[in-house]
Amino acid sequence: MSTYTASLLADVGILTLGALSVYVILATGQLSLGNAGFMAIGAYLASYLTVVAGVPLTSALVIAALCSGIIGVMIGFPALRLKGIFLAMATLGFGEMIRSLFLNLEITGGAGGFHGMAHVSVTYVWIWVGLILVLVWLMESSRAWLEMRAVADDETAANLIGLNTTMTKIGAFGMSAAVAAVSGGLFAHHHVYIEPGNFGFERSIDFVLAVILGGSTIGAGSLVGAALLVLLPEQLRALDDWRPAAFGALLIIVLLIRRQGILDRSLLRRFTFRKQAA
Amino acid sequence: MSAPLLQLSDVTKSFGGIKALSGLSCEVRQGQIVGVIGPNGAGKTTLFNVITGAYRANSGDVNFDRQPITHWRPYRIARAGAVRTFQNIRLFSSMTVWEHLLVAQPGRGALWRRALPTRWADGAAIARAEEVLEFFGLKDVRNQIARSLSYGTQRKVEMARALTANPRLLLLDEPVAGMNHDEAEDIRRLMLRLRDGGLTILLIEHDMGFVMNLCDYLYVLDFGVLIAKGLPAEIQSDPIVMDAYLGKEA
Repeated sequence: MSTYTASLLADVGILTLGALSVYVILATGQLSLGNAGFMAIGAYLASYLTVVAGVPLTSALVIAALCSGIIGVMIGFPALRLKGIFLAMATLGFGEMIRSLFLNLEITGGAGGFHGMAHVSVTYVWIWVGLILVLVWLMESSRAWLEMRAVADDETAANLIGLNTTMTKIGAFGMSAAVAAVSGGLFAHHHVYIEPGNFGFERSIDFVLAVILGGSTIGAGSLVGAALLVLLPEQLRALDDWRPAAFGALLIIVLLIRRQGILDRSLLRRFTFRKQAA
Repeated sequence: MSAPLLQLSDVTKSFGGIKALSGLSCEVRQGQIVGVIGPNGAGKTTLFNVITGAYRANSGDVNFDRQPITHWRPYRIARAGAVRTFQNIRLFSSMTVWEHLLVAQPGRGALWRRALPTRWADGAAIARAEEVLEFFGLKDVRNQIARSLSYGTQRKVEMARALTANPRLLLLDEPVAGMNHDEAEDIRRLMLRLRDGGLTILLIEHDMGFVMNLCDYLYVLDFGVLIAKGLPAEIQSDPIVMDAYLGKEA
């Protein structure tokens, strides 16, 4: 595998995790535009742990995920009072807040960025991606996941039939933040250099875009969306200056044809039914 | 005589200057089917909303199973055993019938059981869902999106969803509204079977024939005030109730 291909594949994996982090929150009907913030927390914390404290990478990623998860839960509480577009704006604000925090934080290099991480292979990245994809896939057939969907469908009714919707929403925020942190940690150790600009608003938008494009009702949609988002622009290189425009047009076409994204639950059901029938 | 399962004392709920419920006291005894009737706007649904915690009473007390639930949050009240259906059907739009029955068992199972695939970790939840599916005759539609079903079937799914939670008190808000006679009769038989199994039911209904044939006890509301209570036969011949429904004679 050439380094070019390897680097693209690693980017697909990292974006898949970012997209999954948005997907988990979206499953409860909440849109987060600030997940790059959690990614930044994961990236900086994991890097600091490996470079300065000498913690092995895998442990550093787990610690970063846990810490970011706790912060996610803390963000989840004020977010409970907000819905829809207002929540989206608040999370956007959170993301920018984290970015400027690292811009001014001297111990992680401030605007100059942070480096010194040991490079990890694309295989290591994909072990994490595979692990988290499987976890999400398992959770999708659990009752906890149904509770999340119930909150998305009708929060009031969910509460009145006995579901603790507060815990569900906060839990989703925590999970989302943990996954985003792993994405950040892997990003940092694959690119071996990070700066606050890596974790801006555009990054959060990429996550959301990958979910919407790939399909926001099943986890595998994040994988498909991330692959398209990373690989498609590469395929369009021949178009030169027109590349972003062509990419934008393709996005619009996909969303016009399949508003629910490329993969969705009924598509999956059709496949599983066919399997049972055979 | 034992304490009632549900007891409201002097409950008042107002919206701005309008009293939707004023000084309402009533009780529901274990093992009975109790009906709440009254003209449109009498406060029947408000009463359900106060009992289940969707609204908070301005004053007065609600006791359920000897616990003061007046200020509890809705999910806690439901978990304590008072589960409801809705007048305007509120099913989860993305879910199949089967998923409705699995999700509506909030008290069951530790977190790890709920977070793992149900078919591995939660046989008890599946067994309960199967049982309720069978009881309501919904087996044929188990894998269909609940919202895509006929109106009468959607009402059944709502009742089934409430029942899977193993409630002690089932609150039904117009359970046979929009159903034809046969469907309503089917529901009536199911409710009688539930009552005979020990479940207590509180229901709101407009269909007087249905209420008179089913309920053990009735409360009549008009403009948020309790105007009559008693056995169906007593209510049927009560002049005050007739006035409320048909208007006073000049």
